[in-house]
Amino acid sequence: METFAMPAINFAAIMPETVLSIVAMVLLLVNVFVPTEKKAYLGYLSLIGIIVAFATVVNGWNAPGELQSGFSGSVLQDNFSLFFKGIFLISAALSILISDQYMEREGCNQGELYPLILFATTGMMLMASGTDLMVIFLGLEVLSVALYILAGFNRGNRKSNEAGLKYFLLGAFSTGFLLYGMALTYGATGTTKIAKIAEFISQNSIVTLNPILIVGMLLMAVGFSFKIAAAPFHMWTPDVYEGAPTPMTAFMSVGPKAAGFAAFLRVFIIALPAFTPQWSSLLWILAVLTMTVGNITALYQQNIKRMLAYSSIAHAGYVLVGFVADNAVGTAGVMFYMLSYAFMNIGAFAIIILVGRKGEENNNVSDYAGFGFKHPVLGLVMSIFLFSLAGIPPAAGFIGKFYLFSGAIQAGYIWLAIIGVLNSAVSVYYYLRVMVYMYMKDPVEEFDWFKVTPSIAVCLLLAVAGVLIPGMFPAYILEVAQKAVLPGLF
Amino acid sequence: MNETILSLMTFLPLVGVLLLFFVPKESHNQQRGLALGITILTFLVSLPLVTGFQTNAEFQFVKNVPWIAAGPFQMHYHVGIDGISLWLVILTTFIMPLAVLSTWTAVEEKVKEYMICLLLLEVGMLGAFISLDLFLFYIFWELMLIPMYFIIGIWGGKQKIYAAIKFFIYTMAGSVLMLVALIFLYFLNVKAGNPTFSITSLYNLNIDPAVQTWLFLAFAFSFAIKVPLFPVHTWLPLAHTEAPTAGSVILAAILLKMGTYGYVRFAVPLFPDAAAKFTPLIATLAVIGIIYAALVAMVQEDVKKLVAYSSVAHLGFVMLGIFALNQQGVAGGMLQMLNHGVSTGALFLIVGFIYERRHTRLITDFGGLSKQMPVFATIFMIVTLSSIGLPGTNGFVGEFLVLLGSFESELRWYSIIASSGVILSAVYMLWMFQRVMFGELDNPKNQTLKDLNAREIAIMVPLVIMIFVMGVYPTPFLDKMAPAIDKVVQQGKTRKVAANAVIQIPVIPQAVEVPAAPQTIK
Repeated sequence: METFAMPAINFAAIMPETVLSIVAMVLLLVNVFVPTEKKAYLGYLSLIGIIVAFATVVNGWNAPGELQSGFSGSVLQDNFSLFFKGIFLISAALSILISDQYMEREGCNQGELYPLILFATTGMMLMASGTDLMVIFLGLEVLSVALYILAGFNRGNRKSNEAGLKYFLLGAFSTGFLLYGMALTYGATGTTKIAKIAEFISQNSIVTLNPILIVGMLLMAVGFSFKIAAAPFHMWTPDVYEGAPTPMTAFMSVGPKAAGFAAFLRVFIIALPAFTPQWSSLLWILAVLTMTVGNITALYQQNIKRMLAYSSIAHAGYVLVGFVADNAVGTAGVMFYMLSYAFMNIGAFAIIILVGRKGEENNNVSDYAGFGFKHPVLGLVMSIFLFSLAGIPPAAGFIGKFYLFSGAIQAGYIWLAIIGVLNSAVSVYYYLRVMVYMYMKDPVEEFDWFKVTPSIAVCLLLAVAGVLIPGMFPAYILEVAQKAVLPGLF
Repeated sequence: MNETILSLMTFLPLVGVLLLFFVPKESHNQQRGLALGITILTFLVSLPLVTGFQTNAEFQFVKNVPWIAAGPFQMHYHVGIDGISLWLVILTTFIMPLAVLSTWTAVEEKVKEYMICLLLLEVGMLGAFISLDLFLFYIFWELMLIPMYFIIGIWGGKQKIYAAIKFFIYTMAGSVLMLVALIFLYFLNVKAGNPTFSITSLYNLNIDPAVQTWLFLAFAFSFAIKVPLFPVHTWLPLAHTEAPTAGSVILAAILLKMGTYGYVRFAVPLFPDAAAKFTPLIATLAVIGIIYAALVAMVQEDVKKLVAYSSVAHLGFVMLGIFALNQQGVAGGMLQMLNHGVSTGALFLIVGFIYERRHTRLITDFGGLSKQMPVFATIFMIVTLSSIGLPGTNGFVGEFLVLLGSFESELRWYSIIASSGVILSAVYMLWMFQRVMFGELDNPKNQTLKDLNAREIAIMVPLVIMIFVMGVYPTPFLDKMAPAIDKVVQQGKTRKVAANAVIQIPVIPQAVEVPAAPQTIK
C-alpha cells in the first residue's frame, strides 16, 4: 500500500477562518437545544467566537513569512488580508448586535441566522487571503450561498423572498462570469496561483496580447463588479437591500463589498500589473459611472433602505477611485474607507431598525419627521452617521474620502477627484433630507415603540466611536492601513 | 500662555456646549444666561490678543503641534493670528454676545439646542480665522456649515428648509473644489521638499502660472460663493431673510467675512500670477455686485431682504479694495469688513426688534414709527448713516480708502463706476428709512408699539459706540493691520510683473486723512 504523505497544513494562516467555522458548527448543534425565545443567546455565543477570531487576527499581525502562507501558496495571511479580516469581523459583530430585536419582531428568529453569518464571514476571509484564483472563488461561493439564504431569511415577507431569489439568480449568473474569466486566465497562463500568473506574464510578454487573457480579465472584472455593486452591474442592489431583513442588509452592505474589493485588489494589482493602463481606464469609467448613478438615483428614493442601498453603490464608486489611483495612498484609503464605512453604515441601519415597525413599516424618510427632538440622543447619533456618510469633517467618512481623492490626485487623476468631490456634494442632499425630516418637520407620531436593547446600544456606541475617533485622530488607523498595503507593490 | 490663548479662546464655547447639556430642558433663562456668560468670557479672553499684539507682519500667538502624520501626509495644528485676522477674531467675539443677547425673547422653543448651535458656530468661525494649516482651515470651514444649517432650518422663517439646504449645498459645492485644490497644492509642496499644509511654507512655494490658474479658480470659486460675489450670491438673500435674527446677524457680520478673508489670506498671496490675471474679472463682478445689488435693494418690500442685498453691495466694495492690491485698497477692504460687520450686524438686530414686535417685515406695514419709538428711531438713523458711509461714521473710512485705493491702481474705471454705488446705497437706505420711520403713523397696529427696552438698548449701545469710534479714530485698527497688509500686497505684487521689475510700495501714513499726494508706484 502506498503511503500517503499528509501535506503540512499551516493552521496559523487560516486560524480566524478555522475558529469561525468551528464556532459556527458548534452553534448549529447547540441551536437544536435552544428554545425559540432564547435564540439571542446563540448571538452572544457567536459574538464570543468573533472576539476570539479577532484576537487571532491581531495576533497574526506582522507575522513572519513562514507563518503567513499555507496550502502550498494558495492562502496568504499577510497584513493586507488581516486588515480586511478585521473589517469583516467587525461588520459581522455589529450586524449580530442589531439583529436580535429585529428578528424577534419580524418572527423569523431562527437560530440558523448566526451560523450563517459566521459562515459568510469565513467565506469573506478566504476571499481576502486567497492567493489562488480557486481559493478566491471558493470563498466567494461560501459567502454567496450564505448570503442568498440570509437575504431571504424573513420567510413570511414577500419582499424578502424576492430579495433572496433575485440575489441568487443574479449572483449565480455573475459567478459564472467570474469562473469563466478565471478559466480563461488559467488557459492563457497555465496556472491559477496569482503570483505565478504575474510571473508568467512578466516572463512571456507576448501573453499580454493573447485575447484569451484579455477576455478572461474582462470577465473577472465583471464578476467582481457585480459583487461590489459597481454600475452597470448594480441593478440587484436596491431590490435585494430593500427586501432583505434590515440587519442582513447592514451586513451585506459592508462585508461582501469589502471582500470583493480585497479580492479585486489582489487579482488586478498583483496578477495583472502588466495590464494596468487598460484596466485603469476601465476602472476610471466604472468609478465615474458608479458614483454618478448611485448618487443621482439615491436623490429620488423615498424608502430609506433603498436610499442607503443606492448610497452604498455610490460609496463603492468612491472606493473605485482609490483603485484607479493604484498607489499606496489610494489603497490605504480603500482600506480605511471600508473600515469607517462599516461603522457608519451599520450604525445608520441600527437606527433604521429602531424606527422601523413590524412588517417593515416606517421605512420611509418621511416617517422620521420630528424624530430628532423626540429622541435627541438617537437623533444626534443618526446625524453623526449621516454627516460621516456625506463626507463632512470631522467624521471618519471625510478622512476616508480625503485619502481616496488624495491618492487619485497624487497619481494625476485630477478630473476623477473633481468628479468624486462633486458627487460627494450631490450626496449631501439626500443625507441632509433625512436630517431635515428629523429636525425641521413637525412630528407625526410619538415614536413610543422604541426599545433600545443593550445590544443595539453597544452597537451604536461602538459605531459612534468608530466614526468620531478616526475622524478626529485618524493617524493610527491610517498608519495601520498604510502598513497593510501590500509591501513592495508601490 | 502666549501659545495657548488662541486655542483657549476658540474652544471655550465648546466648554459652554458641554455645560449646556446638563442644564434641564425647561430652564430657558439658565440656558440663555450660560450661553451669554460663555460668549462674554470668550470676548474677554480675546482682549489680550489686542493688547499683546506687536505691530509687525509676523504671525503671533502661534502654536504648531503635529496632529496627523500618516503616509505622505503631515497635518499640523498650526494656529496664529496676524494683523489681518486679529480684528476679525475680535469682531467675532464681540458680535457673539450681542447675538446671544438678541435671542432672549426671539426664540422660545428648543432654546438649549439653539444655544448649542450658536456656540458651536463660534468655535467653527474662530477656528477658521486662526488656522494657519490649510487642512485645519478646511475642517473648520466645513464645520461652520453644520450649526448654521440647523439654525436656519429649525428656527427660521417660512422657507427655512429651502434656504438651509440651498445655503449648505451651495457653500459645500464650492468648498469641495477647494479641497481638491489644496490636496494638489500639498503634493506640489511635497515635491518641493516641504511636506506640510502650513501656509507659511506654502507662501514660499513657486508655482507655475498655468497651474496657479486652476488652483486659484478652485479657491476663488469657493470663496466667491461665501463673499458672496455676483453671480453666485443667490443663496444669500434667501438665507438672510429666512434665518432667525441671531443667525442673520452672525451670517452677515462674520460668515460673509470668511470669503473675503479667504481671498486675502489664501487666494491672492498663494497664487499671485493667477490673481493678477483674474483681477479684471473679479473687479467686474464686484462692481456689478455693487450696482446690481443696490438696484435690487431699491425695489425690495421686505426690509430684511433689502439689508441682505445691501450686504452684497458692501462686500463688492471690499472685493474691489482687495483686488486693487495696494496699501489703501486692501486696508480699506479690511476696514470695510469690520465696518460691515458692525453696521450690518446692527441693521439685522434692528430688523429683529421690529419683527419681534410686529411679526412682519414688509415696509408697507410700517410708517411713522419714529413718533412711537424715538430711541429706536435714533439708533436706526445712526446705523443707517453708517451703512451709507456718512463721514464721521465707520462706513465712510472704509469706503473712502477702497475707492481711493482702487482709483490709484489699474482698477481706476472700476472705482469710478463703484462710486455711484455710494449714491445708490444712500437712495435705498434713506428711502427705506423714510418709508418705515417717517410719514404718517396710520397703521393702528403700529400705534401701540413699545420702544426699545433695556436689554435691546444694551445690545445696540456697543455697536453705536463702535460706529463712532471706528469712524472718528480708526488709527488703532489700521495701524495694527498695516504691516500684515503690506506683506499681502508684496506677495501679490512680487510675481505680478516681469521678474526683473521691482515694485516699491510706500507705506501708508498713519492718519486717515487724504495723503498729501497720490501714492505713485516707482
